[in-house]
Amino acid sequence: MIHFLNVIKRYEETGDVLRNISFNLERGEMAFLTGHSGAGKSTLLRLIAVMERCTRGQIIVDDQDLSLVKESQLPFIRRKMGFIYQDYKLLNDRTVFDNVALPLIIAGYGHQEVNRRVRAALEKVSLQGKEKKFPLALSGGEQQRVGIARAVVNKPPIIIADEPTGNLDPELSAEIMNLFRQFQQVGVTILIATHDVSLISQLNQRVLKLVHGQLVVS
Amino acid sequence: MRRVNKNRIKKDPPIKQVKQEKRQTTLAGGTLQDKLIAYRELHTKVLFSSLGRMIATPFSSIMTVVVLAISISLASGFYVLVVNIHQLTGNLETSNQISLFLRDEVSDAHAKKLSESIHNNPRVQNVKLISKEQALAEFKEYSGFGSAINTLKVNPLPIVLQILPKNTLTDKQGLADLLKSFQQMPEVDIAQLDLQWVERLQAIVEVAKVFAFIMNILLSAAVLFIIGNTVRLEFYSRRAEVAISKLVGATNAFIRRPFLYTGFWIGFFSAVGAWFIVTLIMLILRGSVERLSGLYEGDMHLLFLTIPETLFLISASSILGVVGAWVVLFYELRSTKLQ
Ligand SMILES: Nc1ncnc2c1ncn2[C@@H]1O[C@H](COP(=O)(O)OP(=O)(O)OP(=O)(O)O)[C@@H](O)[C@H]1O
Ligand SMILES: [Mg+2]
Repeated sequence: MIHFLNVIKRYEETGDVLRNISFNLERGEMAFLTGHSGAGKSTLLRLIAVMERCTRGQIIVDDQDLSLVKESQLPFIRRKMGFIYQDYKLLNDRTVFDNVALPLIIAGYGHQEVNRRVRAALEKVSLQGKEKKFPLALSGGEQQRVGIARAVVNKPPIIIADEPTGNLDPELSAEIMNLFRQFQQVGVTILIATHDVSLISQLNQRVLKLVHGQLVVS
Repeated sequence: MRRVNKNRIKKDPPIKQVKQEKRQTTLAGGTLQDKLIAYRELHTKVLFSSLGRMIATPFSSIMTVVVLAISISLASGFYVLVVNIHQLTGNLETSNQISLFLRDEVSDAHAKKLSESIHNNPRVQNVKLISKEQALAEFKEYSGFGSAINTLKVNPLPIVLQILPKNTLTDKQGLADLLKSFQQMPEVDIAQLDLQWVERLQAIVEVAKVFAFIMNILLSAAVLFIIGNTVRLEFYSRRAEVAISKLVGATNAFIRRPFLYTGFWIGFFSAVGAWFIVTLIMLILRGSVERLSGLYEGDMHLLFLTIPETLFLISASSILGVVGAWVVLFYELRSTKLQ
């Protein structure tokens, strides 16, 4: 589902952030991406979201070579991926409901379907009853869960998460991991960047480890 | 939903074409009919939410609307003025009267005889003699120099014969010949065809028309740029929203839509505001125009913007708003970074 082949990402200012990354995630596979701060985890995930293009190499997502995809086709690729960002990326002037509904409205779902799905997604992250609140009136952990609800609301075949449990207590973290496991069981491919070692050891899943931009365990 | 599940279970298929992918994902939301309904819902919602946003944060959009309404009203007010003058000169065309200013030494009695002989001319329909005294009285009334004229010792005004040619005499050449024959009479000082100043006025109106046309083109450019700039500022203030929408799969068309509607509303309200300003000015002018109309014994009445003209004004301005917004967004969306 996600293939990296000799991927290099170079920034003018910082040099090579990712060096020769190659790995392969099958459909329905779940993996953790770990590494020290500044190892390049977020950068790797940004390449999958095509927020940036890689300097060299090939990234194939759901059989499409991302470096060959035209700008006008990117939205349709992004709709296949649910992204959870380290900094949440919520719209602070919209309610929780509107934030979670955004991917559905963009994909052109009708009013009733949107209602139903948003409520279901909020329930999954234990945020029922907070629909009308604004993000800034929520705790960090709650905002994070709004981001998670938004990522899973249109049931994408791929979920990419950058520190999804960074602001959650162990209990909520376990709940969210459970949610990811459920998705995995119906065939969703999941890649989670984290340095929460206990979380990784609990789940006993595949681990990709980055050290200074190089993949050391995969 | 069932589709997606099926997709997940099935093994990786060989590399698909991008086109196929697009079709697949756009249909993921349900049947085509559901899609169309959702699309219409979205349009209506965005149309009014962009209006709502303009009203909620009124400052920059209202400033823009006021500036545009005033500029548009200047141009369309000028246009209405030209149309009115055109109407006026149109009415005057029928008064192809000839005025003969007689020499100072011609006596009243001689003038009377002359007027009778001219009346017998088959090409003349009517002759009206205005004596020196009558001319002075008339001049006093209309010029407003009443008391100043009273101090004059001699009446400086000549005797005037106003001649109305036969209605059958409509061609310019015939009129010019008639004028020439009067000019050659020894009693006549100046023979003047009133048509001449009508022609001059008409020429001025023609110039004004061209000027109004150029003004409207310049104004269209101004509307385009001013609305474009307002939309650009709005776009900057909502960059975060644009970036996030893109990240969750919004197409450029989706992102553009609310801004195009903002451009539409600004254009629309500017034109409506301009219409009100022009109509108000015309209402204020109405009294004095009626007095002017009385002076010309004409059936001149003030022309307002007609319904087709009003519709044209409003739709042109709205369309320019949309186009201005579109051009700006085309460039902005290209350069938007996603981080
Ligand atoms: N836009 C950029 N321009 C230049 N350098 C960048 C850019 N983004 C990231 N980097 C560099 O790339 C390196 C990796 O950054 P990245 O955010 O991927 O780390 P990370 O593994 O996610 O760290 P953390 O665990 O702290 O989130 C950093 O050294 C950073 O300075
Ligand atoms: Mg990071």
